[in-house]
Amino acid sequence: MSNTTWNLDPSLESTALVQIKPQYELFIDGKWQAPLSKTYFDSINPADETHLAKIAWANQADVDLAVRAARTAYTNVWSQLSGAERGKYLFRIARLMQEKARELAVLETLDGGKPIREARDVDVPLACNHFFYYAGWADKLLEAFPGQNPVALGVAGQITPWNFPLLMLAWKIAPALACGNTVVLKPAETTSLTALKFAEICQEAGLPPGVVNIVTGYGDTGAALVAHPDLDKIAFTGSTAVGKQIQKACIGTTKKLTLELGGKSANIILEDAPIDQAVEGVINAIFFNQGHVCCAGSRLFVQESIATQVLDKLKFRLQSIYVGNPLDKNTDIGAINSKKQLQTIERYIQLGLEEGAEIYQPTCELPSAGYYCKPTLFTDVAQSARIAQEEIFGPVLTIQTFRTIEEVVQKANNTPYGLAAGIWTDKGARIFGVSQQLQAGVVWANTYNKFDPASPFGGYKESGFGREGGLHGLRAYLKFPN
Amino acid sequence: MLSPRNNPDLLSLLAKSPAIDQTGSIERVARIQTRSLKGAAKLRGLRMALSMIDLTTLEGKDTPGKVRQLCFKAQHLHDQTSDLPKVAAVCVYPSMVGIAKKALGDSGIKVASVSTAFPSGQAPFSVKKDDTLFALENGADEIDMVISRGRFLAGDYQFVFDEIAAIKELCTSARLKVIFETGELDSLDQVRKISDLAIAAGADFIKTSTGKIQPAATFPVVLTMLGAIKDHFDKTGQMIGMKPAGGISSAKLALQHLLLVKEVLGEAWLTNEWYRFGASSLANDLLLQYQKQLTGKYQSAAYFSID
Repeated sequence: MSNTTWNLDPSLESTALVQIKPQYELFIDGKWQAPLSKTYFDSINPADETHLAKIAWANQADVDLAVRAARTAYTNVWSQLSGAERGKYLFRIARLMQEKARELAVLETLDGGKPIREARDVDVPLACNHFFYYAGWADKLLEAFPGQNPVALGVAGQITPWNFPLLMLAWKIAPALACGNTVVLKPAETTSLTALKFAEICQEAGLPPGVVNIVTGYGDTGAALVAHPDLDKIAFTGSTAVGKQIQKACIGTTKKLTLELGGKSANIILEDAPIDQAVEGVINAIFFNQGHVCCAGSRLFVQESIATQVLDKLKFRLQSIYVGNPLDKNTDIGAINSKKQLQTIERYIQLGLEEGAEIYQPTCELPSAGYYCKPTLFTDVAQSARIAQEEIFGPVLTIQTFRTIEEVVQKANNTPYGLAAGIWTDKGARIFGVSQQLQAGVVWANTYNKFDPASPFGGYKESGFGREGGLHGLRAYLKFPN
Repeated sequence: MLSPRNNPDLLSLLAKSPAIDQTGSIERVARIQTRSLKGAAKLRGLRMALSMIDLTTLEGKDTPGKVRQLCFKAQHLHDQTSDLPKVAAVCVYPSMVGIAKKALGDSGIKVASVSTAFPSGQAPFSVKKDDTLFALENGADEIDMVISRGRFLAGDYQFVFDEIAAIKELCTSARLKVIFETGELDSLDQVRKISDLAIAAGADFIKTSTGKIQPAATFPVVLTMLGAIKDHFDKTGQMIGMKPAGGISSAKLALQHLLLVKEVLGEAWLTNEWYRFGASSLANDLLLQYQKQLTGKYQSAAYFSID
């Protein structure tokens, strides 16, 4: 043909079916209530920095109203319903989410910057599946915990992060409601819109008022929620730093706590691995959702004998990664969630250079407006380098080599975190041998970033405690009096 | 039966074939399949695909008349549309090579001939040799040979290697495509192994299937073969061509294959010198979609000649 590049034309997902209100109030007791704080904050689209909506900023008094509504709903309505009845509501919510899947996906992309391909194919279907999954457990708790007399905790305060807004909401709300609790949820300030859309879905599903309450705001709103004395449970997903504050705040209270925190997960390629698939797995492990993934495979360990080959293949693969408008169906890496996070990532990239690591970024053009970061590889990284130790939460991969399995296990475990790990080998025995030695809540073998509602997820060490998902996820929202 | 005797050099070559993970391959392909081609890029993709077709007829009932018709179609895909590319080649049985060669004249369209007792390859080497020589003597520009799958599956790699090398020697100026019939091979690991073997034995092109067996050119198989081509190129700088054949009957599938090539091999392979589609009915769907891109309207299939 010709010598010019066969570039893909833009293929933009339509935003026509998404209705964003100019202003959102708090969702308390089944109604939209103006905040007592009388303050609002702006939500912007990180892809082009345009204004999306004004969102209520809840203060302590607002949080108190929400917790009271949740308590009343728990005492008078939700705890009186049979498991089967609760299940019906959850099934209804799941079906409504499925019906609005496209709208939710576009909203998630507009608000958070993630590629529409991922919002459409991963976030929203998985979120729906979590509701379907836990809906099925609602009337089977006695069978799930035979002879243990499982009882709901009461009212749960839940705080979700900005990387998977709707999915993390589903991880939190679905098991809580299935077990008979009511909730007050605070979404992250940069990504409130799908939680507010979810509130509309709760209304449409006829969920009794007060069972789900959404209080939007910044960290102070979350702190007010954590500090509220009338909560039985706090569930938090977010940074380890904030997780530690929350744990301190809960000391000496009767609140049960689960924390799903940061990570610096090791992805290990052994020399007998299926190399092309391993390379693809590395791409998926670190560049999925711009690297804003708590379990991102951000530390790559490659066995020496194949290190050059793997690196060459990674560099080549980066050439066909599309970075840009998240609404484009071909985009692989969308916008960084916020200016603040972009600055953090850029600081770490600078730090990596100062630490003497070698950087590789593909030659791709980034949009002029919005927050974008090129996929970045660092080689010649020391185990003691900060870029190899600290969570960057962006599309930045550090690459180290190793000679023996003993060495790589030591290095992989040499971190305060312990959320996830990946192992790539063609030998089944090695999969078990290595994964048993890794201190990580999840170890993926010959794949990465696979999630299923039936599978528990959670961390070791400073990556948190408690499990979400599966049968284990029910336990976090139940007590067992005898 | 005793295990076959293989040359140690060949064995060490095959030992270097990397493992292929089927689940990972399927996922990689699925990701390509979510790519969305619009506008000018789609138009260009459709033109590329048209220019890469080996327009094929491989029936026992083929007649000289049928082959002449096909050759006319190869040069005049749809004269109602201006400025269309021509297909790359016409692919026929050896007995039809002379007729095709004459019908195509100096159009620039190549004549490809299947050979070596296509499609089964179940014949003695002397027959395969004569089959190939006959096609070449009648003017074939390209030879599409089949491998001896039975020997390959039995582990007689040396036999398969030697056979390919011997046919390659006959093809002094013709390009050799080696057909694996991947639908008869057991796994992607086997596909990778035969790809490495055929490339080492001198294949100019590697080709998935005869079109007579299902499954044929599935995406994971094609991905695996492209991987072998890429690794060979990275090691030696030598380009090897790729020809998926069998079952690629829609424009959508063809475009997805091209996107796969673009991402796995790079754009250097996006010409009919290095990439072909073996297909009998693909051209018309490409033409239909091309018209749709140009005019915004779908035409009836009746507006496109069947051969």
